[in-house]
Amino acid sequence: MQYWRKPLDADKIQVPHGEIHIVRDRCKGCGFCVEYCPRDVLELSKQFNIKGYHPPEAVLPEACVHCQLCEMLCPEFAIFVTLREEVETIES
Amino acid sequence: MSKQNNNLPEHPMERLLRMDRIPHIWCSTCGIGTAVSCFISALEKFEYPMDKVAIVSGIGCTGRVAGYIKLDSFHSTHGRAIPFATGLKLANPELKVIVISGDGDLSAIGGNHLIHAARRNMDITVICVNNFIYAMTGGQSAPTTPLTANSSTAPYGNSDPPFNLPLLVGSCGATYVARWTALHIRRLTKSMHEALNKKGFSFIEVIAPCSTLYARRNRLGTGLDLMKFYHDNSEIKHGAPLEELDINFQQKIIVGKFIDKEKPTFVDNWNNWLSQKLGSKFVPYGVAKA
Repeated sequence: MQYWRKPLDADKIQVPHGEIHIVRDRCKGCGFCVEYCPRDVLELSKQFNIKGYHPPEAVLPEACVHCQLCEMLCPEFAIFVTLREEVETIES
Repeated sequence: MSKQNNNLPEHPMERLLRMDRIPHIWCSTCGIGTAVSCFISALEKFEYPMDKVAIVSGIGCTGRVAGYIKLDSFHSTHGRAIPFATGLKLANPELKVIVISGDGDLSAIGGNHLIHAARRNMDITVICVNNFIYAMTGGQSAPTTPLTANSSTAPYGNSDPPFNLPLLVGSCGATYVARWTALHIRRLTKSMHEALNKKGFSFIEVIAPCSTLYARRNRLGTGLDLMKFYHDNSEIKHGAPLEELDINFQQKIIVGKFIDKEKPTFVDNWNNWLSQKLGSKFVPYGVAKA
Protein backbone atom coordinates (compact mmCIF):
# COMPACT_ATOMS: atom_id res chain seq x y z
CA MET A 1 0.00 0.00 0.00
CA GLN A 2 1.34 3.46 -0.84
CA TYR A 3 0.97 6.50 1.39
CA TRP A 4 2.14 10.07 0.88
CA ARG A 5 2.82 10.22 4.60
CA LYS A 6 3.37 7.30 6.90
CA PRO A 7 0.46 7.12 9.39
CA LEU A 8 1.52 7.72 13.00
CA ASP A 9 -0.05 4.47 14.16
CA ALA A 10 1.27 2.47 11.22
CA ASP A 11 2.74 -0.24 13.43
CA LYS A 12 -0.65 -0.84 15.06
CA ILE A 13 -2.80 -0.96 11.92
CA GLN A 14 -3.13 -4.38 10.40
CA VAL A 15 -4.36 -4.89 6.87
CA PRO A 16 -6.29 -8.13 6.38
CA HIS A 17 -6.13 -10.14 3.19
CA GLY A 18 -9.04 -11.79 1.45
CA GLU A 19 -9.30 -14.67 -0.90
CA ILE A 20 -11.77 -14.11 -3.74
CA HIS A 21 -14.08 -16.89 -4.86
CA ILE A 22 -16.04 -16.45 -8.08
CA VAL A 23 -18.93 -18.73 -9.04
CA ARG A 24 -18.30 -18.16 -12.74
CA ASP A 25 -21.38 -19.84 -14.15
CA ARG A 26 -23.77 -17.89 -11.93
CA CYS A 27 -22.40 -14.52 -13.07
CA LYS A 28 -24.35 -12.32 -15.50
CA GLY A 29 -21.43 -10.02 -16.25
CA CYS A 30 -22.95 -6.82 -14.84
CA GLY A 31 -19.53 -5.46 -13.84
CA PHE A 32 -20.64 -3.97 -10.48
CA CYS A 33 -17.77 -5.72 -8.66
CA VAL A 34 -15.22 -4.62 -11.25
CA GLU A 35 -16.40 -1.00 -11.16
CA TYR A 36 -16.58 -0.60 -7.39
CA CYS A 37 -13.66 -2.69 -6.08
CA PRO A 38 -11.63 -0.08 -4.15
CA ARG A 39 -8.33 -1.86 -4.89
CA ASP A 40 -9.03 -2.63 -8.59
CA VAL A 41 -8.54 -6.31 -7.97
CA LEU A 42 -11.06 -7.49 -10.55
CA GLU A 43 -11.40 -7.27 -14.29
CA LEU A 44 -13.92 -8.77 -16.70
CA SER A 45 -12.33 -11.82 -18.30
CA LYS A 46 -12.29 -12.52 -22.02
CA GLN A 47 -13.70 -16.00 -21.54
CA PHE A 48 -17.40 -16.80 -21.66
CA ASN A 49 -19.27 -18.66 -18.96
CA ILE A 50 -21.99 -21.21 -19.59
CA LYS A 51 -24.59 -18.45 -20.12
CA GLY A 52 -22.43 -16.45 -22.53
CA TYR A 53 -21.46 -13.65 -20.15
CA HIS A 54 -17.94 -12.55 -19.26
CA PRO A 55 -17.41 -13.26 -15.54
CA PRO A 56 -14.80 -11.24 -13.61
CA GLU A 57 -11.39 -12.59 -12.75
CA ALA A 58 -9.01 -11.52 -10.01
CA VAL A 59 -6.04 -9.89 -11.74
CA LEU A 60 -4.47 -8.56 -8.53
CA PRO A 61 -5.59 -11.13 -5.94
CA GLU A 62 -2.88 -10.16 -3.46
CA ALA A 63 -4.27 -6.59 -3.26
CA CYS A 64 -7.62 -7.70 -1.80
CA VAL A 65 -8.21 -6.31 1.70
CA HIS A 66 -11.36 -8.33 2.54
CA CYS A 67 -13.74 -5.37 2.44
CA GLN A 68 -16.47 -7.63 1.00
CA LEU A 69 -17.90 -4.82 -1.13
CA CYS A 70 -18.07 -7.11 -4.18
CA GLU A 71 -19.88 -9.74 -2.13
CA MET A 72 -22.57 -7.26 -1.02
CA LEU A 73 -22.91 -5.56 -4.39
CA CYS A 74 -23.15 -8.71 -6.52
CA PRO A 75 -26.80 -9.16 -7.55
CA GLU A 76 -26.21 -12.80 -8.48
CA PHE A 77 -24.62 -14.15 -5.25
CA ALA A 78 -21.72 -15.14 -7.51
CA ILE A 79 -18.68 -13.64 -5.76
CA PHE A 80 -17.56 -13.83 -2.16
CA VAL A 81 -14.45 -13.28 -0.12
CA THR A 82 -13.02 -15.32 2.73
CA LEU A 83 -10.45 -14.00 5.18
CA ARG A 84 -6.93 -15.31 4.69
CA GLU A 85 -4.87 -15.73 7.82
CA GLU A 86 -1.93 -13.64 6.66
CA VAL A 87 -2.19 -10.12 8.04
CA GLU A 88 0.40 -7.49 7.26
CA THR A 89 1.14 -4.25 9.01
CA ILE A 90 1.18 -1.07 6.95
CA GLU A 91 4.97 -0.73 7.10
CA SER A 92 5.70 -3.78 5.00
CA MET B 1 -22.00 -25.84 -12.86
CA SER B 2 -18.69 -26.41 -14.59
CA LYS B 3 -15.95 -28.61 -13.20
CA GLN B 4 -13.79 -25.72 -12.02
CA ASN B 5 -16.39 -24.72 -9.44
CA ASN B 6 -16.49 -28.05 -7.66
CA ASN B 7 -13.92 -27.10 -5.02
CA LEU B 8 -15.53 -23.75 -4.16
CA PRO B 9 -16.60 -23.24 -0.57
CA GLU B 10 -20.27 -22.38 -0.08
CA HIS B 11 -21.36 -18.78 -0.62
CA PRO B 12 -22.17 -17.35 2.84
CA MET B 13 -25.65 -16.27 1.74
CA GLU B 14 -26.62 -19.74 0.50
CA ARG B 15 -27.90 -20.58 3.98
CA LEU B 16 -30.83 -18.20 3.48
CA LEU B 17 -31.40 -18.75 -0.23
CA ARG B 18 -33.37 -21.43 -2.04
CA MET B 19 -30.44 -22.56 -4.15
CA ASP B 20 -32.57 -24.78 -6.39
CA ARG B 21 -34.11 -21.56 -7.78
CA ILE B 22 -30.81 -19.72 -8.29
CA PRO B 23 -29.81 -18.26 -10.78
CA HIS B 24 -32.73 -15.89 -10.42
CA ILE B 25 -34.68 -14.36 -13.30
CA TRP B 26 -33.54 -10.75 -12.84
CA CYS B 27 -31.69 -9.19 -15.75
CA SER B 28 -28.00 -8.44 -15.83
CA THR B 29 -27.30 -5.11 -13.99
CA CYS B 30 -30.71 -5.17 -12.25
CA GLY B 31 -30.49 -3.76 -8.71
CA ILE B 32 -32.98 -6.07 -7.00
CA GLY B 33 -30.35 -8.77 -6.39
CA THR B 34 -28.18 -6.23 -4.55
CA ALA B 35 -31.14 -5.21 -2.40
CA VAL B 36 -31.75 -8.88 -1.59
CA SER B 37 -28.13 -9.47 -0.60
CA CYS B 38 -28.33 -6.41 1.70
CA PHE B 39 -31.54 -7.82 3.17
CA ILE B 40 -29.92 -11.22 3.78
CA SER B 41 -26.97 -9.53 5.51
CA ALA B 42 -29.42 -7.60 7.70
CA LEU B 43 -31.28 -10.84 8.51
CA GLU B 44 -28.02 -12.52 9.53
CA LYS B 45 -27.41 -9.76 12.07
CA PHE B 46 -31.04 -9.81 13.26
CA GLU B 47 -31.21 -11.70 16.54
CA TYR B 48 -34.55 -13.44 16.19
CA PRO B 49 -35.37 -17.11 15.60
CA MET B 50 -35.43 -17.48 11.83
CA ASP B 51 -38.42 -19.84 11.97
CA LYS B 52 -40.46 -16.91 13.27
CA VAL B 53 -39.62 -14.63 10.36
CA ALA B 54 -41.96 -14.55 7.36
CA ILE B 55 -41.48 -12.87 4.00
CA VAL B 56 -44.44 -11.73 1.88
CA SER B 57 -44.23 -10.44 -1.68
CA GLY B 58 -46.69 -9.24 -4.24
CA ILE B 59 -46.37 -9.53 -8.01
CA GLY B 60 -43.66 -8.12 -10.21
CA CYS B 61 -39.92 -8.38 -10.56
CA THR B 62 -39.42 -7.67 -6.85
CA GLY B 63 -42.34 -9.98 -6.07
CA ARG B 64 -40.02 -12.88 -6.89
CA VAL B 65 -37.98 -12.25 -3.72
CA ALA B 66 -40.27 -14.35 -1.51
CA GLY B 67 -39.52 -17.35 -3.72
CA TYR B 68 -35.76 -16.98 -3.43
CA ILE B 69 -35.37 -16.56 0.34
CA LYS B 70 -35.33 -19.79 2.35
CA LEU B 71 -37.69 -18.72 5.11
CA ASP B 72 -41.45 -19.05 5.47
CA SER B 73 -42.59 -16.96 2.55
CA PHE B 74 -45.68 -16.24 0.51
CA HIS B 75 -46.00 -14.88 -3.02
CA SER B 76 -49.40 -13.18 -2.80
CA THR B 77 -51.70 -11.74 -5.47
CA HIS B 78 -51.05 -8.36 -7.10
CA GLY B 79 -51.01 -5.53 -4.58
CA ARG B 80 -52.20 -7.69 -1.69
CA ALA B 81 -48.86 -8.31 0.01
CA ILE B 82 -49.65 -5.91 2.89
CA PRO B 83 -53.16 -7.27 3.66
CA PHE B 84 -51.73 -10.80 3.65
CA ALA B 85 -48.90 -9.70 5.95
CA THR B 86 -51.41 -7.94 8.25
CA GLY B 87 -53.43 -11.14 8.57
CA LEU B 88 -50.28 -13.15 9.23
CA LYS B 89 -49.11 -10.75 11.93
CA LEU B 90 -52.50 -10.57 13.66
CA ALA B 91 -53.07 -14.33 13.57
CA ASN B 92 -49.65 -14.98 15.10
CA PRO B 93 -48.28 -11.85 16.82
CA GLU B 94 -44.98 -13.64 17.56
CA LEU B 95 -44.04 -13.56 13.88
CA LYS B 96 -41.78 -10.92 12.39
CA VAL B 97 -43.44 -10.18 9.05
CA ILE B 98 -41.54 -8.48 6.25
CA VAL B 99 -43.09 -7.33 2.98
CA ILE B 100 -40.70 -6.99 0.03
CA SER B 101 -42.31 -5.78 -3.14
CA GLY B 102 -42.05 -3.28 -5.94
CA ASP B 103 -43.26 0.28 -6.35
CA GLY B 104 -46.09 -0.65 -8.70
CA ASP B 105 -47.33 -3.44 -6.47
CA LEU B 106 -47.19 -1.47 -3.21
CA SER B 107 -48.09 2.05 -4.26
CA ALA B 108 -50.44 1.55 -7.23
CA ILE B 109 -52.40 -1.68 -7.03
CA GLY B 110 -51.87 -1.95 -3.28
CA GLY B 111 -51.84 1.81 -2.61
CA ASN B 112 -54.78 1.81 -0.22
CA HIS B 113 -53.37 -1.11 1.74
CA LEU B 114 -50.07 0.73 2.10
CA ILE B 115 -51.56 3.94 3.49
CA HIS B 116 -53.97 2.18 5.83
CA ALA B 117 -51.32 -0.16 7.22
CA ALA B 118 -49.21 2.97 7.90
CA ARG B 119 -52.22 4.80 9.42
CA ARG B 120 -53.02 1.95 11.81
CA ASN B 121 -49.32 1.42 12.55
CA MET B 122 -49.40 -2.27 11.78
CA ASP B 123 -46.25 -3.91 13.20
CA ILE B 124 -44.69 -4.98 9.87
CA THR B 125 -41.60 -3.99 7.88
CA VAL B 126 -42.14 -2.94 4.27
CA ILE B 127 -39.24 -2.83 1.81
CA CYS B 128 -40.25 -1.20 -1.45
CA VAL B 129 -37.82 -1.63 -4.34
CA ASN B 130 -38.50 1.32 -6.62
CA ASN B 131 -37.29 0.96 -10.20
CA PHE B 132 -39.64 3.69 -11.54
CA ILE B 133 -41.50 1.41 -13.94
CA TYR B 134 -43.61 -1.76 -14.26
CA ALA B 135 -40.68 -3.87 -15.31
CA MET B 136 -42.12 -7.37 -15.52
CA THR B 137 -45.07 -6.51 -17.77
CA GLY B 138 -43.19 -4.50 -20.39
CA GLY B 139 -42.32 -1.08 -18.98
CA GLN B 140 -45.66 0.68 -18.45
CA SER B 141 -45.82 3.94 -16.45
CA ALA B 142 -45.97 3.37 -12.71
CA PRO B 143 -47.12 5.92 -10.12
CA THR B 144 -43.43 6.50 -9.38
CA THR B 145 -42.30 7.14 -12.98
CA PRO B 146 -40.67 10.60 -12.94
CA LEU B 147 -42.13 13.44 -15.02
CA THR B 148 -40.96 13.39 -18.69
CA ALA B 149 -39.51 9.85 -18.40
CA ASN B 150 -40.36 7.55 -21.27
CA SER B 151 -42.30 4.33 -20.74
CA SER B 152 -44.20 2.00 -23.04
CA THR B 153 -47.53 3.70 -22.14
CA ALA B 154 -45.94 7.17 -22.35
CA PRO B 155 -43.89 7.13 -25.57
CA TYR B 156 -43.68 10.95 -25.60
CA GLY B 157 -42.74 11.12 -21.92
CA ASN B 158 -44.74 10.85 -18.74
CA SER B 159 -46.98 13.84 -17.97
CA ASP B 160 -48.17 12.78 -14.50
CA PRO B 161 -46.36 13.88 -11.35
CA PRO B 162 -45.05 10.84 -9.43
CA PHE B 163 -45.62 9.74 -5.85
CA ASN B 164 -43.16 10.84 -3.22
CA LEU B 165 -43.26 7.57 -1.28
CA PRO B 166 -41.55 8.72 1.97
CA LEU B 167 -43.99 11.67 2.15
CA LEU B 168 -46.95 9.37 1.46
CA VAL B 169 -46.20 6.85 4.21
CA GLY B 170 -44.73 9.45 6.57
CA SER B 171 -47.87 11.57 6.49
CA CYS B 172 -49.96 8.45 7.12
CA GLY B 173 -48.06 7.82 10.34
CA ALA B 174 -45.26 5.34 9.63
CA THR B 175 -42.79 5.05 12.53
CA TYR B 176 -39.66 4.47 10.43
CA VAL B 177 -39.09 5.86 6.94
CA ALA B 178 -35.82 5.68 5.00
CA ARG B 179 -34.71 5.81 1.40
CA TRP B 180 -31.47 4.45 -0.08
CA THR B 181 -30.27 3.50 -3.52
CA ALA B 182 -29.01 0.02 -4.41
CA LEU B 183 -25.48 1.43 -4.31
CA HIS B 184 -25.63 2.44 -0.61
CA ILE B 185 -25.10 -1.16 0.47
CA ARG B 186 -23.74 -0.61 3.99
CA ARG B 187 -26.23 2.10 4.90
CA LEU B 188 -29.10 0.13 3.37
CA THR B 189 -28.13 -2.97 5.38
CA LYS B 190 -27.93 -0.91 8.58
CA SER B 191 -31.27 0.69 7.81
CA MET B 192 -32.91 -2.70 7.17
CA HIS B 193 -31.51 -3.96 10.47
CA GLU B 194 -32.97 -0.94 12.29
CA ALA B 195 -36.32 -1.42 10.54
CA LEU B 196 -36.39 -5.11 11.54
CA ASN B 197 -35.87 -4.13 15.17
CA LYS B 198 -38.49 -1.36 15.00
CA LYS B 199 -41.86 -1.86 16.63
CA GLY B 200 -44.47 -0.46 14.29
CA PHE B 201 -44.80 0.23 10.59
CA SER B 202 -41.35 0.66 9.06
CA PHE B 203 -40.83 1.54 5.43
CA ILE B 204 -37.65 1.54 3.34
CA GLU B 205 -37.62 2.70 -0.25
CA VAL B 206 -34.74 1.21 -2.26
CA ILE B 207 -34.04 2.98 -5.56
CA ALA B 208 -32.83 0.26 -7.93
CA PRO B 209 -31.76 0.38 -11.57
CA CYS B 210 -33.87 -1.33 -14.22
CA SER B 211 -31.63 -1.86 -17.22
CA THR B 212 -33.90 -3.64 -19.67
CA LEU B 213 -36.85 -1.26 -19.56
CA TYR B 214 -36.29 2.01 -17.70
CA ALA B 215 -32.67 2.58 -18.73
CA ARG B 216 -33.08 1.27 -22.27
CA ARG B 217 -36.28 3.20 -23.05
CA ASN B 218 -34.77 6.41 -21.65
CA ARG B 219 -31.38 5.94 -23.34
CA LEU B 220 -29.59 5.87 -19.98
CA GLY B 221 -27.23 3.00 -20.75
CA THR B 222 -27.18 -0.05 -18.49
CA GLY B 223 -27.83 -0.56 -14.81
CA LEU B 224 -24.14 0.07 -14.21
CA ASP B 225 -24.52 3.56 -15.70
CA LEU B 226 -27.50 4.16 -13.40
CA MET B 227 -25.38 3.02 -10.44
CA LYS B 228 -22.74 5.58 -11.45
CA PHE B 229 -25.53 8.17 -11.69
CA TYR B 230 -26.62 7.32 -8.12
CA HIS B 231 -23.02 7.61 -7.01
CA ASP B 232 -22.72 11.14 -8.42
CA ASN B 233 -26.23 12.44 -7.75
CA SER B 234 -27.47 11.10 -4.44
CA GLU B 235 -27.21 13.25 -1.37
CA ILE B 236 -27.46 11.90 2.17
CA LYS B 237 -29.68 14.13 4.26
CA HIS B 238 -30.95 12.47 7.42
CA GLY B 239 -34.19 13.93 8.74
CA ALA B 240 -34.82 15.96 5.59
CA PRO B 241 -38.33 17.47 5.31
CA LEU B 242 -40.46 14.90 3.50
CA GLU B 243 -41.85 17.49 1.05
CA GLU B 244 -38.38 17.93 -0.44
CA LEU B 245 -37.97 14.28 -1.37
CA ASP B 246 -39.56 14.41 -4.83
CA ILE B 247 -37.61 12.55 -7.49
CA ASN B 248 -37.31 14.29 -10.84
CA PHE B 249 -36.03 12.68 -14.01
CA GLN B 250 -32.23 12.27 -13.80
CA GLN B 251 -31.87 14.83 -11.04
CA LYS B 252 -30.55 14.76 -7.51
CA ILE B 253 -31.93 11.99 -5.28
CA ILE B 254 -32.08 12.75 -1.56
CA VAL B 255 -31.50 9.64 0.54
CA GLY B 256 -31.28 9.02 4.26
CA LYS B 257 -33.34 8.16 7.30
CA PHE B 258 -36.23 10.58 7.53
CA ILE B 259 -38.46 9.34 10.35
CA ASP B 260 -37.64 7.22 13.40
CA LYS B 261 -40.20 7.56 16.19
CA GLU B 262 -42.14 5.50 18.69
CA LYS B 263 -45.90 5.08 18.52
CA PRO B 264 -48.39 2.51 19.86
CA THR B 265 -49.08 -0.17 17.26
CA PHE B 266 -52.45 -1.43 16.06
CA VAL B 267 -52.52 -4.21 18.68
CA ASP B 268 -51.48 -1.80 21.48
CA ASN B 269 -54.28 0.59 20.56
CA TRP B 270 -56.80 -2.23 20.39
CA ASN B 271 -55.77 -3.60 23.79
CA ASN B 272 -55.68 -0.17 25.46
CA TRP B 273 -59.04 0.97 24.17
CA LEU B 274 -60.93 -2.25 24.86
CA SER B 275 -59.44 -2.72 28.31
CA GLN B 276 -60.58 0.84 29.09
CA LYS B 277 -64.05 0.11 27.79
CA LEU B 278 -64.55 -3.45 29.02
CA GLY B 279 -62.31 -3.53 32.09
CA SER B 280 -61.50 -6.95 33.51
CA LYS B 281 -63.84 -8.70 31.06
CA PHE B 282 -61.33 -8.02 28.25
CA VAL B 283 -58.44 -10.40 27.59
CA PRO B 284 -55.60 -8.49 25.90
CA TYR B 285 -54.57 -9.94 22.55
CA GLY B 286 -51.09 -11.05 21.63
CA VAL B 287 -49.32 -10.43 24.96
CA ALA B 288 -47.78 -13.09 27.23
CA LYS B 289 -49.65 -16.10 25.88
CA ALA B 290 -47.48 -18.60 27.74
